[in-house]
Amino acid sequence: MKQLILKEIDDLIIGSLGIVAFISFFIGGVVAIQTALNLTNPLIPKSLIAFATRQSVILEFAPTFISIIMAGRAGSYITSSIGTMRVTEQIDALEVMGVNAINYLVFPKIVAFTLYPFVIAISMFLGILGGWLAGVYGGFVGSDQFITGIQTDFIPFHVFYAFLKTFIFGMLLATIPSFHGFYMKGGALEVGKASTTSFVWTSVVIITVNYIITQLLLS
Amino acid sequence: MIEIKDIEKSFGDTKVLKGISATFETGKTNLIIGRSGSGKTVMLKSLLGIHTPEVGTISFDGRIYSELSKDEKRKLRTEIGMVFQGSALFDSMNVEENVGFPLKMFTDKKSRVIKERVNEVLDRVNLKDANHKFPNELSGGMQKRVAIARAIVNNPKYLFCDEPNSGLDPETSILIDELIQEITREYDITTVINTHDMNSVLQIGEKIIFLKNGIKEWEGNNEQILETRNKSIVEFVYSSDLFKKVRESLLEEDDEERSNDLHLNK
Ligand SMILES: Nc1ncnc2c1ncn2[C@@H]1O[C@H](COP(=O)(O)OP(=O)(O)O)[C@@H](O)[C@H]1O
Ligand SMILES: [Mg+2]
Repeated sequence: MKQLILKEIDDLIIGSLGIVAFISFFIGGVVAIQTALNLTNPLIPKSLIAFATRQSVILEFAPTFISIIMAGRAGSYITSSIGTMRVTEQIDALEVMGVNAINYLVFPKIVAFTLYPFVIAISMFLGILGGWLAGVYGGFVGSDQFITGIQTDFIPFHVFYAFLKTFIFGMLLATIPSFHGFYMKGGALEVGKASTTSFVWTSVVIITVNYIITQLLLS
Repeated sequence: MIEIKDIEKSFGDTKVLKGISATFETGKTNLIIGRSGSGKTVMLKSLLGIHTPEVGTISFDGRIYSELSKDEKRKLRTEIGMVFQGSALFDSMNVEENVGFPLKMFTDKKSRVIKERVNEVLDRVNLKDANHKFPNELSGGMQKRVAIARAIVNNPKYLFCDEPNSGLDPETSILIDELIQEITREYDITTVINTHDMNSVLQIGEKIIFLKNGIKEWEGNNEQILETRNKSIVEFVYSSDLFKKVRESLLEEDDEERSNDLHLNK
């Protein structure tokens, strides 16, 4: 079991870090530039660029947007790998050998996804770093102003909210695609279709749950 | 010996098995034959407990499956080996891990003991120096050998094979058939094989059950199957043009002989 879990961590968590880092860094930069370009009123302090970047990255961009990316990256991988095992009768083979296949296949993925908040923490950090680099080197804001901005009106509850939903999204990312793979029928062609359906459903559920949590916790 | 009585299995509204009774004998290669879609796989998976028939009983040397306790079912499972149609080797494991998997799951043997046993069965199926290869690095025939090794590693009393020849060339098919038959005799296993391959039917059909549309249409062995007048069997056996021509020429010879006989008698 330990080996299985380590393998899933490697495939699902470590394997996703590259794309998550890339996207976070550049989107963070774009958010900073967009905010700067829209701040035409000279009375508003430039530090607001940093404030806006921090808020959007921590509250929505890292937890929600990256989770949608993960539904594509990790989710499709989960559905197609379990689905392939289904259509090639590997799941039947497990069951004949007295193995509880759901447990054997899904549990390690759930455990791996308990590390998902670390991925999102990295995404938050890189997003803000990207914002700082784009803001300062693009000449929109001074480094000091940016640093002041990211410390303005810091509400710890927001971080709690962000990580709570990250954790829930992680569990959704581990289970919904597994379910689609496990219960699929058909052949290789259907594995592809199941991955697509699983991506759509995972995204829809994440977006809906995001709405509900936000309504409950922040309003 | 495995005995099934009146088993019926449906998926939704479609009845796939419509009341089948049969006996599969120990130490013999028992064949279930029939066209694609005739219900062979469903039948085998019902024996395995992957499907549960709605009606009927399945008994393994007197143990009626549906009446067994959970522990007894688990024990019975350890006595069953299965070779799936596409081999169903675990992609993420190498040959050695695949073959050793049932032992890891069913026994608390030490890994050194498991390794010894794995090498023993790999030797038995004539597969050497492949221990550390992964399934996608093996040919179809080698995958089948690994699947057979995995199925017999825990010394099963019952061995089920779903179309063991599918996807193999004729020569390899014969080798795999022979291997299964040898193992069946050597270890006195009750072996049930699904096939639609006429070569297998003739070569290892010690007992044959012919399924058509979910019904047992005919029963016999590889000698009787050539002589039967059952129309569905004749159609199935002689479905290829080659076989048809062979049959026609045999019939012609028969007729000639008969007319020669008549001449002589005159
Ligand atoms: N899990 C399932 N759900 C619904 N229908 C099935 C299922 N498995 C098999 N069938 C149907 O049962 C029939 C017999 O299939 P099968 O036993 O696989 O045939 P074969 O003799 O080729 O092995 C087919 O019509 C198939 O569509
Ligand atoms: Mg079949």
